[in-house]
Amino acid sequence: MTESNNNWEYAPSLEGTSHIQLKEKYDLFIDGKWVKPSNNRYFDTINPSNEEKLAEIAWASDADVDLAVKAARKAYVEVWSKMKSSERAKYIFRIARLMQEHARELAVIETLDGGKPIRESRDIDVPLACNHFFYYAGWADKLQDAFPNRMIQSLGVAGQIIPWNFPLLMAAWKIAPALAAGNTVVLKPAETTSLTALKLAEIIEQSGLPAGVVNIITGHGDTGAAIVNHPDIDKIAFTGSTAVGKLIQKSVIGTAKRVSLELGGKSANIILEDAPIDQAVEGIVNGIFFNQGHVCCAGSRLYVQESIAEEVIRKLKQRMQSLYVGNPLDKNTDVGAINSKEQLSTIEKYINIGINEGADMFQVECEIPSKGFYCRPTIFTNVAQSSVISQEEIFGPVLTIQTFRTIDEVIQKANNSPYGLAAGVWTDKGSRIFNLTSKLRAGVIWANTYNKFDPASPFGGYKESGFGREGGLHGLEAYLK
Amino acid sequence: MNILKTYKIYINGQFPRTESGRTYVVNDAEGNPIANVCQSSKKDIRNAVQAARKAFGSWSERSAFNRGQILYRMAEMLEGRKAQFLEELTQQGQSLEIAKNEIQLCIDRIVYYAGWCDKYQQILSTVNPVNSSHFNFSVVEPTGVVGILAEQSTGLIGFVSQLMPVIAGGNSVVLIASEQLPLCAITFAEVLETSDLPAGVVNILTGSADEMLPTLSEHMDVNALFLSNVDAEMENNTQLSAIDNLKRVIVKNDDWTKEDVQGISYISLFQEIKTTWHPIEQIGGATSTY
Repeated sequence: MTESNNNWEYAPSLEGTSHIQLKEKYDLFIDGKWVKPSNNRYFDTINPSNEEKLAEIAWASDADVDLAVKAARKAYVEVWSKMKSSERAKYIFRIARLMQEHARELAVIETLDGGKPIRESRDIDVPLACNHFFYYAGWADKLQDAFPNRMIQSLGVAGQIIPWNFPLLMAAWKIAPALAAGNTVVLKPAETTSLTALKLAEIIEQSGLPAGVVNIITGHGDTGAAIVNHPDIDKIAFTGSTAVGKLIQKSVIGTAKRVSLELGGKSANIILEDAPIDQAVEGIVNGIFFNQGHVCCAGSRLYVQESIAEEVIRKLKQRMQSLYVGNPLDKNTDVGAINSKEQLSTIEKYINIGINEGADMFQVECEIPSKGFYCRPTIFTNVAQSSVISQEEIFGPVLTIQTFRTIDEVIQKANNSPYGLAAGVWTDKGSRIFNLTSKLRAGVIWANTYNKFDPASPFGGYKESGFGREGGLHGLEAYLK
Repeated sequence: MNILKTYKIYINGQFPRTESGRTYVVNDAEGNPIANVCQSSKKDIRNAVQAARKAFGSWSERSAFNRGQILYRMAEMLEGRKAQFLEELTQQGQSLEIAKNEIQLCIDRIVYYAGWCDKYQQILSTVNPVNSSHFNFSVVEPTGVVGILAEQSTGLIGFVSQLMPVIAGGNSVVLIASEQLPLCAITFAEVLETSDLPAGVVNILTGSADEMLPTLSEHMDVNALFLSNVDAEMENNTQLSAIDNLKRVIVKNDDWTKEDVQGISYISLFQEIKTTWHPIEQIGGATSTY
C-alpha cells in the first residue's frame, strides 16, 4: 500500500441550510399565540460549532409563566379534558405527521443550535421524536385498557422542563404522553437549545391543536423555577442533572404536585471475554461518543474482562483515530460540537481531575476547528473505582476503563454507584446476558448494543437516576392518577 | 402474680435488646403496666438497615414461588398464635370482637399477598414491540431496602398491611412499630422467625418515631420509605431528609381495617421497572410462513 492509501480523507459533505426558516426573534408560545415576554427581555442562542448567533429567544418571567399556566388550566378545564379521547388521539397523530413533513428542517436546526452531528439528528433524534408522538397518539383512547384494574384520570396541568442534549426528542418524550393521558402542558426547553421546541410550537400551531393545550416558554433557570413553584401546576416532569432534580424535589415538598425525574447516570458498559470484540468496540464508541457523550445513559464506565483488555483497548484506540470531529453539519462528522462553553469547561475540569488522579489519558490526535466548542474523544485507563472520574457524571466524550476478572466482581463494581440509569453487557452467551442483566441495578440494560431508544421501550432509572418511566405503557403512568 | 414480659427488638433474625439499654413501659387501658418495651436508638436503626441490605440480594432473587410459600407460612403461624395476639390487642384496649376481626383480617391479608408473590410480575411487566431487531421487555424489580413507619393507631392490621406488599415484592424492611401499641409487632416478629423468612429481610424496632424516623429517612442505604397517616410536619420533614439519595417516599392515609384496602397497587409502589434489550439474530430472508 502506498502512503496515500493509508491516509483516508473524506471530502466535506455539508448538509444544506437554505431550506430552513428561522425567525430573528422568538416570542413565547402561550395560549396558541406568540406573546412578547412581559419585561421584554431576550437572550441570544448561538451555534456552538462556530459561536455565531442564530436568533434571539424570549426570556420568560414569573408573570409569563403565570400566563402560560392559566392558559393551560383553561384549556384543560374547558377543552382538553372534555374532548372525546379519540379526537385527542387524532390531534396527536396530526402533530406526528406534521413533524415528519418538517423532519429535515428540524434536523438541521437541531444540529445548528445544539452542535450534534447531522447524521444523528437526521437519523435518530428527529425520527424518534416523530415516532414518539405517533406511538402515544394511539394510547389516548385506550387508557382504560392500559390500566384495567383501576379508574384512571388525567392530572391536569403538567410543567415540563427538558435538557439540551436531545432538545426535540425530550420535548416529544414529555408532551406526547402528557397529551395522550389528557393533560395540558407548559414546557420549557433548555436555554442553549430552544429552537426546535419553538419550531415544534409552530407545528403545533399549524396542527390546529386547541389554544393553550401546549404552551412553550423559553428562558433560563429562573423560568424553570417559576414553573416548579407555580401553585396551579399538578405535575412536574424534569429531565436533567441530579443536582437540579433534588432541588425540584425539595421545592415541591408540602404541595400536592406529582414529580417524575429522569436524572444523571454513570452507566457501566461491560465487555466479557467471549464478546465479539470488533462489534463491542463499536458499541463502546457508540456508548460514550454518541452525541459527544451528552447522554444521561452514556456508557461512561467501561469494564473489560482482563483477558481481553489489551486487545480491546488497542482496537478502541485504533477505532477512535478514525472518528471525525468537526462541523456538525458535515455528514461525515462522528463527533460534533460540545453544546456550550460552560459544558466544555466542565468536561475539561474533569479531564484535568483524571490526569491529577494519576489515570493514563489517551486522546484522539485530530484537528479540531479553531472556533466553536470542541473536545477530543478521550479515554482514561488505569482508573481506580473510587476516582472522581469514574464516580461522577462528566456528560462529555470521556470514558474511564477498568478491568475485572470474574462476573461477580464486575457486578459489584458496576452496581457501586449512586446512579442506576443504564448498563451494557457484551457476551456471546444468552444465559450469561440474563445473569448479568438481572443483577445490574439499572433501569435500562442493553445486551450487545448500546444507546438504543424506542417509543415503546420504557426508559428511566433506579436510585439517584430518578423515578418514573418515559416511553411505552409505563410512560403513561406518570401522567395519570 | 403475672410475670411482666420484656419485649425485645428484631434485627437480622435475632431478638437483641436495644444497644442503648433503654426501655419504656406499656400500660393497659386502665393504666396498669403490662410490658417493658425497648426504646430503640439510632444505632439500632443503623444495625437494622445493615441487616436489611445484606438480606436484600438473596430475598429478591428467591423464586417468586418460594416467597409465596414463606408468606403463606406466616399466615399459618399467625393462625396458630391467635390467642396471644388476641390477648395483646385486648390488653392494649381493644374490644374482644374488634380484636378478633383484626386478627382474622390480618390472616386473610397475608394469604392474599402470599398469592400475589408469583403473579404481580405478569401484570406489571410488558414485552415492548420496538422498531429494531431486539427482544425488548420490561420487568419489575424490588426497589431495595424499605423503611416503614407503622400505622400508629392500630396494633396489628396497620403494619401488617404495610409490610406484606413490600416483602411480597422482594424488598427488605426496617419497620418502626407503633409507639403506643407495640406488643403485636414484636410477637409478629416471632411469627416471621418461625416462617422460614431469611434473617434480616424484616427488622422490627420499637420506640419513638420522632427519634428514629429521621435516622431512617436520612440513611443513604435505604431506598424507599412507607409512612401511614402521619401529620404534614412529619411527612414534609421525611420528604426533605429523603432527598439526598432520592428515596421513594410513599405516604398513605388509608384505613387499613377496611377489607378492600389492599391490592397490587401497594406492591407496585415499591417496584422499579427494568427494560432489557436483547438482540435477535437476523440471518437469511426466510419468514415464518406457516
